[in-house]
Amino acid sequence: MARHPHTDPSAQGEAPGVAHGGRGSLLSYLIGLVFAIVLTLASFWAAGTGLVYGPAVPVLLAALAMAQMGVHVVFFFHISTGPEDTNNFLALVFGIFVVALVVFGSMLIMNNLDANMPSLDQIMKRQR
Amino acid sequence: MSTVVETGRPADEIPYSERGPAPVESVAAFGFWLFLLSDVVLFSALFAAYAVLADRTAGGPDGLKLFERGYVLLETVCLLLSSFTCGLMALAVERRSPAATYLWAIVTFVLGAAFLGLELKEFLRMIGEGAAPTRSAFLSAFFTLVGTHGLHVTMGLVWLGAMMAQVATLGFLPIVVRRLACFILFWHALDIVWVGVFTIVYLGAR
Repeated sequence: MARHPHTDPSAQGEAPGVAHGGRGSLLSYLIGLVFAIVLTLASFWAAGTGLVYGPAVPVLLAALAMAQMGVHVVFFFHISTGPEDTNNFLALVFGIFVVALVVFGSMLIMNNLDANMPSLDQIMKRQR
Repeated sequence: MSTVVETGRPADEIPYSERGPAPVESVAAFGFWLFLLSDVVLFSALFAAYAVLADRTAGGPDGLKLFERGYVLLETVCLLLSSFTCGLMALAVERRSPAATYLWAIVTFVLGAAFLGLELKEFLRMIGEGAAPTRSAFLSAFFTLVGTHGLHVTMGLVWLGAMMAQVATLGFLPIVVRRLACFILFWHALDIVWVGVFTIVYLGAR
């Protein structure tokens, strides 16, 4: 019952969140925290600064957010691309795929409908 | 990984197909990982709704007028630090140290509760200013998205309290350790969703 994936040779891959090695994992949490703080502050700075070309700010914010999510996945969830993490990583990739479909698909479709929608006045005119 | 099993081969050389079923720790955590990904998909639908409706303010206040960035930074720091202390709790659980587990659980709980308190205060301030969910499509989407995240944090706090009661009464039984592992994954996932919230909702308002 108390078989542990670290020592069990029959392990079919690691559980997500399992850090490899005791002392190294404290270091991993600390590195993750430092990266996350730096990226958070960078995001808040980028949103308020006039130094960055205005239309580029959303792109910069998106890049910083994705970087921070990556930091969380690697240093807090301990998900890697190694063979012991194949299942976790594949599930993560599929999750990202579905999220991208839902978010960008919705925005694309709704913007398209919005652009092709006649204004309220036009609709009223046609009904008369 | 140099353990030698019955076959006489090092563990790394045994193909996956011959290793037998995975230990329950891996299966439970993997199942919870799948649940978390499906939860993120739920949030993605709310994010999509917010992105579509963000500029439909119906003549009411917009995000730029309502949100205070310094306040949001404070919320973010609370949640990020609680995610970190939750990781320290994971290490304490790994060492099977009750004292350190309680300590980091309490710190995590306090930081999570502080986040929740700040968020509720912000909601009440906005509603007091006439920016209630019923005011515009933008505000409906805002309260749904941020409120759902807040509801998750609330459930996480209840879960953390229940886990501490289980550690106190049952000790570090394998099933308790498994549940703690799931809770820790859940708490980290909430912080990832919050990164999306503060980027898209609070910093995206310009």
